[in-house]
Order: sequence, then structure tokens, then C-alpha cells
Amino acid sequence: MSNQNGKESIQAKFEKNIFGMYLFMALSVSLAGIVQIVPLFTNPDAVKDEVTMSDGSKQSLLWQRAEGQSLSDWKPGDGVRPNTPLEVAGRDIYQREGCFLCHSQMIRPFRDENERYGHFSLAVESKYDHPFQWGSKRTGPDLARLGGKYSDEWHILHLRHPQALVPESVMPKYKFLDNAMVDGDEIATHMSGLRKVGVPYTDADIAGAADAVAGKTEMDAMVAYLQSLGNMIKFEDGVTYRE
Amino acid sequence: MNLTEKYDLGVVKWFTIMSTVYLVVGTLLGVYIASELAFPYLNDLGTDLPYFQFGRLRPLHTNAVIFAFGGSALMAAAFYIVQRTNQTRLWSNKMAWFTFWSWNTVIVLAVVTLPLGLTQGKEYAELEWPIDILITLAWASYLYNFIMTIHIRDRNKVPHVYVANWFFMGMMVMVTYLHVVNNLSIPVDWFKSYSIFSGVQDAMIQWWWGHNAVGFFLTAGFLGIMYYFVPKQAQRPVYSYRLSVIHFWALMFGYVWLGAHHLQYTALPDWAGSLGATISLAMIIPSWGGALNGILTLSGAWDRLREDYILRFLIMSLAFYAMSTFEGPVMAAKNVNALSHYTDWTVGHVHSGALGWNIMVAAGALYHMIEKIYNVRLSQKLLAIHFWIHTIGTVTYIVAMWVSGIMQGLMWRAYDEYGTLAYTFAESVSAMHPYYVMRAAGGVLVFTGAVIMLINIVSTIRKSGSMQTANA
Repeated sequence: MSNQNGKESIQAKFEKNIFGMYLFMALSVSLAGIVQIVPLFTNPDAVKDEVTMSDGSKQSLLWQRAEGQSLSDWKPGDGVRPNTPLEVAGRDIYQREGCFLCHSQMIRPFRDENERYGHFSLAVESKYDHPFQWGSKRTGPDLARLGGKYSDEWHILHLRHPQALVPESVMPKYKFLDNAMVDGDEIATHMSGLRKVGVPYTDADIAGAADAVAGKTEMDAMVAYLQSLGNMIKFEDGVTYRE
Repeated sequence: MNLTEKYDLGVVKWFTIMSTVYLVVGTLLGVYIASELAFPYLNDLGTDLPYFQFGRLRPLHTNAVIFAFGGSALMAAAFYIVQRTNQTRLWSNKMAWFTFWSWNTVIVLAVVTLPLGLTQGKEYAELEWPIDILITLAWASYLYNFIMTIHIRDRNKVPHVYVANWFFMGMMVMVTYLHVVNNLSIPVDWFKSYSIFSGVQDAMIQWWWGHNAVGFFLTAGFLGIMYYFVPKQAQRPVYSYRLSVIHFWALMFGYVWLGAHHLQYTALPDWAGSLGATISLAMIIPSWGGALNGILTLSGAWDRLREDYILRFLIMSLAFYAMSTFEGPVMAAKNVNALSHYTDWTVGHVHSGALGWNIMVAAGALYHMIEKIYNVRLSQKLLAIHFWIHTIGTVTYIVAMWVSGIMQGLMWRAYDEYGTLAYTFAESVSAMHPYYVMRAAGGVLVFTGAVIMLINIVSTIRKSGSMQTANA
């Protein structure tokens, strides 16, 4: 179409030159990604891993692992660490069974959520999560701070038959996890894959993976993973964790 | 010369039929998983097997309806429209058949791998890396063939490329970006990989993909369908050319920003969520621009709605499109999102788009193509029954999810007179039961409609086949 003074509009040119239109489309759909996504990689504040304590000292939220320390040297509250081999196995199962479709792992900073689930989630807490498992739906409750809330025995009974402990529950039964063993070599391969995408595993961590999961069932792995959720950072009063 | 001699319509036929078959399959899966939430016994039927559980079948349902049904409808319509509006055959009929077979192979692989629990663990991008590579090839062949078909048109006959083609092209470009970037991962096994992104970056990239699978696959592409089939079926020109230009470019530029509204109040930096919410509000303009442009195309021809059920599908789809694109920005507003996020309201919103907009506009287009390609008239009675049963099913579904979603949100944040949380989580779950039953009932209606659609199409084609043999 041409406008009143007879000159052809850009739109009219695009409609004749389809490759020109294609390029302009490709450009216009790229802008948002550049503005919204790129800063999350370049700006360190997007995943803040250091806080100022009430006495003015800086403290890292990541586990400061000393040379030669193994994953089992970590103590609750030491900071965010990579998953142990058994927890990696558990997380794989969590992903395989689609748990994230009904359970979120992301507590929002609202009073009711803090009372129901615990302290709001920090970005750094899912720094080693490939892929992230924040979820988008709460058919069941949030699990971001499930670790330590119930005993291992409770989890096993609940996974086998959720309605036996929570009659209202609509969760499927996961009794079949009792019957499958965790494959040690597979977990070692998975851990070296995770190392490639940035999870700081040492050679010793990977070499010890098969032994760490020897004789464990998928149920053990699942429970270990659930018990690890959300207790890596020790939250203290008077510290700003998020502006 | 009839249509089938003038154009390459074999591949269009088969995409049309497969799309209808996948609609039946996808809605059946939907009914089943909806029933699992109402009656958890259905998860294992007393066995110890994981394959039919909600967590494994839900990705199969979403993949079946979005990519199998929606994708096949988009491919049928694109290959049909690009030939008709550019008055040329496909650039390569062979390549179109490659697209058909590779796309259907992807679907078969999804049916096998997802119940086995082979998943990347990212919503709507569950399929593992070898399948992702096949998707990329199928998609690239679709895109290339489409653009080359436009390119080889006779410029004297068709100087300007028609608006429906722009929308298809926009979708093809963006979906290529989204699919490739969101699925970047390191394989550790044939069917296991880990995303190269983690935490907050992975979340943003996932919802950039997640929302634009809706924004481009299910919106831009389906608007392409709308821009051809509404004017054709109404036998009127598009209401406003200018409006189509404005809302097309607004959609291309604007929709991409919205992903962040899925992550409000999470650990995503606040500015990103607010930016997503702000642009979401502005998106009401291009969305309603499209809806109005479609509906007003009927100006002076409203009486056709009385007897033309195919047109009714198309126009009703635009009404649902307008409604859910109004609901979307409302839910993106931060104070509403604080309530609606994590609840069934989101599920209801998605389905008002999927059932109300996508299925209805696709049904109109698929019915139209069947009548044209086979030169037949479908059973008007079955069309009427499908229209009403589908509309009632859709409304039942959406209403159930509105009530349950808002109720969940309110129960979770309710405090009693002593200042403690009023409800346990389990109480909110048991309060959902009647609405989950109602939702499943709505789903049964939609599924029944899909079966009627398949019966109508198949029996009409078979009748026309026997007629042709009789004439010969």
C-alpha cells in the first residue's frame, strides 16, 4: 500500500521483500531477550552470594570448601553446596516423576508463606540447580524448605502411601521406589555432566560417587534429596538477604 | 482445474486428519489426568506401576495438545494458506512430507519416552535432547519451505504478501530461537541431559520459552489461521488492513517480554518481573486489535452466523481470545499475581485460551479445509452438536478453575482471629475436590466433541470417496 504522497511505506516494501521482513522480525523479537535475559548473566547482583552480617563483616552464602574437604564435611548452615551423590540420584528421580508439576520450590516474601513454609527463597539457593525446579503450581505444598521438617521414616511412609498419613492428599503412591536400586556408575556420569555445566565437583567427589550410593534404593535417594532442601543457609536476624 | 490439481494438498490433508486424531488423544489424556486429581486411585489403579501417574502423563497431555494437535493444525493451515494466498504450489512438496514424517516421529517418540519418565524437567520442553534435534530439523524444514514458497510466487499476480503469512513467519522465527536456546544442555546419556543454565537464569529462559510458546506458537500462528479462514468463511475482506499492521508489529515486539510475569515475587530480580508485568498490561492493545479485526470482519454479514457452524467456531474462538487476553494482563498485575500464582486459576486461564481460542479456531479451519479439499459438505448436525458440546465443556472447565483457583489463593493467605494461619494446606486440597470433579466433567464434554469431530470428518471423506468411485 502507498500513502497519500505516493511514497511507498516501509510496510509495503516488506510485503514485497519477504526476506527483508523476515530479518526485521528476527530483530524485533530479539530485543526483549537481550534486555531481560543478558543482565541476569552479566550482573552479579542477580545471584547475590554474599551478605553483610550485623557486625559489618561480609559472609559468603556459598559453602567455602577447603582444599581436600569432601562433601560430607559440610555442616547444615555452612552455605549452599553441590548435592551429594545420593541427593543427585534423588533429584534425578524428583525430575523423572514430575514432582515439580505439583510442588513448587520457591517461597515468596509474604507473611503467610513465611509462616507456612519458612524464609523466602534466595536466588543463590538454586545456583547449582540444573535445571531449576521452582515449579509453577501448588497442587501440593511448597518444598523449598522441606529438609529437616519430618523424619526419614515419615517420608518413607508418606511416599509409599500418602493418604495413610494425609487422608486429603491427592498425591500418587511411590512404593515402586523401594524396588529399584541406584546405579553408582550412572550417578558418577551424571555428576561429571553436572560439573561440565558448572557445578563445582572435585575428582574425588566423582570417584567416590559409586561407593556413596552402593546398596541404596531409589527410596533412600529420594528421601536424602528431600531432606537436603532448604537448610543449606543459616538465616540470621538483622541481615538483609534481598533488597 | 480443481484445487487438488492446482496445489500440493496431500500433505495438508494428512496434517489435517492427524491434527484431529491428536485432538482426540490429547483431550483424552487431559480428562484422565484431571480425573486423577479428583480420584487419586486412578494414578496406579491398584498396581505398582509408575507409567500412568499424573507426573508422567501430564507432560504427555501438554505435548499432545500443544505440539501434536496444535502443531499439526498450524502445519496444515500454513501449507494450505501459503499456497492459496501466493497462488503457487509449495516450493518443495517433498520437503513438506519430510516435515510431516519428522513431526509425527517426534510425537511417537514423545508417547514412548514421557511415560517412561525420560524428561528434561522443564515445562513444555520435556522432550530429551535427541528428540529436540529432530524437532529442530522438522521446524527448520517447515520454515524454509514456507518462506521459499512465498519467494517463488508470481510477483505480477501477487505483489504483496498477505497478512496471514506474516503471522506464520513471525511464529516460525521466534519458535526457532526459543526452542534452540531453552533446550541447550549437556547430554550424559542417550535420554538424559542437564540444562546448561541453572537457578534464576534457567527460570527466566524457561519462562521466556514458556510464555512465548503461548505467544507465538498458540497466538501468532493461530492468528495466521484466523486471518485467512475468518474472511474466507465469512466471504468478507478483513475489517482493517491498518489495524492488522499495527497489531502485528506490536505483537512481534511486545509479546517476547512477558515471560517474566511468571516469576513475580520469586528470586528473579524485581525489575525483570515488573517490566514483564508492565508490558503485559500494554499487550491488551495488540491482542484486542486482532480480536476486533477478526470479529468486525463480519460487519454486514452477521446473519451468516445463524446457519454457518464453521463460522460460529471461528467467531466464538475470537470471543474467547479476547476474554483470555484480557484475563492475562489482569493476572500479570503484581497484586493479582500474588493471589493467582501457583493456583488453579493459571490452569483455568491457559485452558480458556487452549479450549476456547485454539481448539475452536483450529476446528473452524480444519473443517473449512476438509470441505474445500475434498469438495464435500460436512454433516451440519454433527457440527452443531460439536459446537455446543465444546462451548459448554469449555465454560464448565474455566468456571471450575476460577472458583478453585481463587479459593486456593484465599485459603492459603487467610488468618483467623488469633492471627494464625486459618487453614492447613491439606484443607485447601480437600476443598478442591468438587471443582476437580467439575473440571473433569468439562473435559469429558470437550473430548466427546473431539470424537464427534473425527467421526464427522472421517465419515464425510469416506462417503465422498464412495461417491467418486460410483461416478467413475
